[in-house]
Amino acid sequence: MTSRATDSISRAMWLSMAALLVLAVGLTFVAKGYQLFQATMVVAYAIALLGLNMLTGYNGQISLGHGAFFAMGAYTTGILMEHADMAYWATVPMAGVVCLCIGYLFGRPALKLEGLYLALATFALGVAMPQLLKYKHLEAWTGGVQGIVLMKPDAPWGLPLNQDQWVYLFSLAVAVVMFWIAYNLLQSGTGRAMRAIRDHAMAAEAMGVDTRHYKSMSFGVSAAFTGVGGALSAIAVQFVSPDSFTLFLSISLLVGIVVGGVGTLWGALYGAVFIMFVPNLAEKVSKAAPWAVYGVVLILLMFAMPGGVVGLMRKIQSTWAARSSR
Amino acid sequence: MNELLHQTLSGLATGGIYASVALALVMIYQATHDINFAQGEMAMFSTFVAWMLLQLGWSYWAAFAATVVLSFVVAAAIEWAVIRPMHNAPELSVVVVFIGLLVIFHSLAGWLFGYTIKQFPSPFAADAWYGSELMSAHEVGAIFVALIMVALLFSFFRLTPLGLAMRAAAQNATSSRLVGISVGRMLMLGWGLAGAIGAVAGMMVAPVVYLDPNMMTGVLLYAFAGALIGGIDNPVGAVLGGFIVGVLENLLGTFVVGTELKLSVALVLIVGVLIVRPSGLLGKKIVTRV
Repeated sequence: MTSRATDSISRAMWLSMAALLVLAVGLTFVAKGYQLFQATMVVAYAIALLGLNMLTGYNGQISLGHGAFFAMGAYTTGILMEHADMAYWATVPMAGVVCLCIGYLFGRPALKLEGLYLALATFALGVAMPQLLKYKHLEAWTGGVQGIVLMKPDAPWGLPLNQDQWVYLFSLAVAVVMFWIAYNLLQSGTGRAMRAIRDHAMAAEAMGVDTRHYKSMSFGVSAAFTGVGGALSAIAVQFVSPDSFTLFLSISLLVGIVVGGVGTLWGALYGAVFIMFVPNLAEKVSKAAPWAVYGVVLILLMFAMPGGVVGLMRKIQSTWAARSSR
Repeated sequence: MNELLHQTLSGLATGGIYASVALALVMIYQATHDINFAQGEMAMFSTFVAWMLLQLGWSYWAAFAATVVLSFVVAAAIEWAVIRPMHNAPELSVVVVFIGLLVIFHSLAGWLFGYTIKQFPSPFAADAWYGSELMSAHEVGAIFVALIMVALLFSFFRLTPLGLAMRAAAQNATSSRLVGISVGRMLMLGWGLAGAIGAVAGMMVAPVVYLDPNMMTGVLLYAFAGALIGGIDNPVGAVLGGFIVGVLENLLGTFVVGTELKLSVALVLIVGVLIVRPSGLLGKKIVTRV
């Protein structure tokens, strides 16, 4: 590919990103109440999916328990706001830091686990999480089965925005920062090391990549992103309770990255839109239908479209480019 | 002391159920090196089918037999339709497909049979002679069923030509093909057997934990832990591990952590075993040449 082509592609990318951002900000003033809430949740899920995708898509470690980190992020926010009177905006980076530490600590022993075994261990984490949150000796902090009810923050500096609009804009700003961090991280030597480990761990190690360090670090960073997503969702929902973070949340996140496209940045966004809106549509059919839809979509995607939405778009783009160059 | 004995014995009874599910997991692992995350939900679905047949007025053992046969057929069909095309796919795709199956069975059960908790009868009369104060008749019966299943499988694999062919296909697919074994058919058979074992385990556990779509999640996790403790490539180890986990779960749940944290015990066991002794008690250590 010539540098000219790369330039025009990256320019197109920047333009589309700017357009997307303008659209996203514009949505603040068009959408109302519940729609804004949904948009905020899409943003929160997108950050969480970004985290999972860094681990699974870029580093090749399969996690079936990222809902647990989402829960930890949400609970960090809830506990800090409830018991430490911390401002909502300060709890978001705290959630990231807490999940970074816990993720790193979980990732360290998980180094010994490859592929299916890691999936198994994280699966157990995802299943056990609601029980841990309900544990009676933690109840003073977590509120037990009842959970914690949070206050919705007001817009600061006398901005003429209502609470929903402000929470949405705040989440959007956090998301822009997180995507920027992720983009830079994945472009850097660290990102290359992560991908090298995914593609061939042994070769990477022979080339001098510190596999242990990068693998557990990826786990930590990934958990941090997911935790930030969880924190934002807690602020948006104004409520955290153990039963919102079951195994099926972890499965939703997995569905999200598979639908969006494994190992892509933009996939997180498409995946988030999917897991936010498709279950709502399917729920009109039956209470159990969303999960059936998930299952069928997962299996069909694996057969027909393993690259997810981003993979499909790339395919269309390349056939289009090939046709126009002929 | 009496309490300790009682808890240990009833731990053995649930351990028998874990052992059966662990056995099903090991069977699939041996044949395909995949861990079937949907095993528990498939067993749950089978149990619902049995429940439906019982509601239609079938006798217990007729429903039992029909369910086992049906589960065998369905599991074999799943292998043929969904798992076989994934033969050379990367690990993530395989895991995703298993998760897809888990979700489909879970929601199908909820859809068809509802989410309300249902009672499931035990085939062992409560006042049977083998029941006692320490162990209910159902507990004794469940252990007995698990042991019979293990004995049957053991003799199937050791003594019949078909069992030999299955072991060969699992160990070295290429060579087995060369001597005329249809490896695909063996895998299908393995899946079918695992489905049937799961169905039996489901029908044994349902009278204890009651029947609902979430019934097997915990059981599956304990079975994983059991399979790992015993060695995921060793059927005898899986059975042993299942019993160990059952007893541990009951004792820790009663005397140490309380019932709310039982699932976390499984988490700690799984991670602990994987770190300390990844090959399990009886498993073979795998050395790969590079």
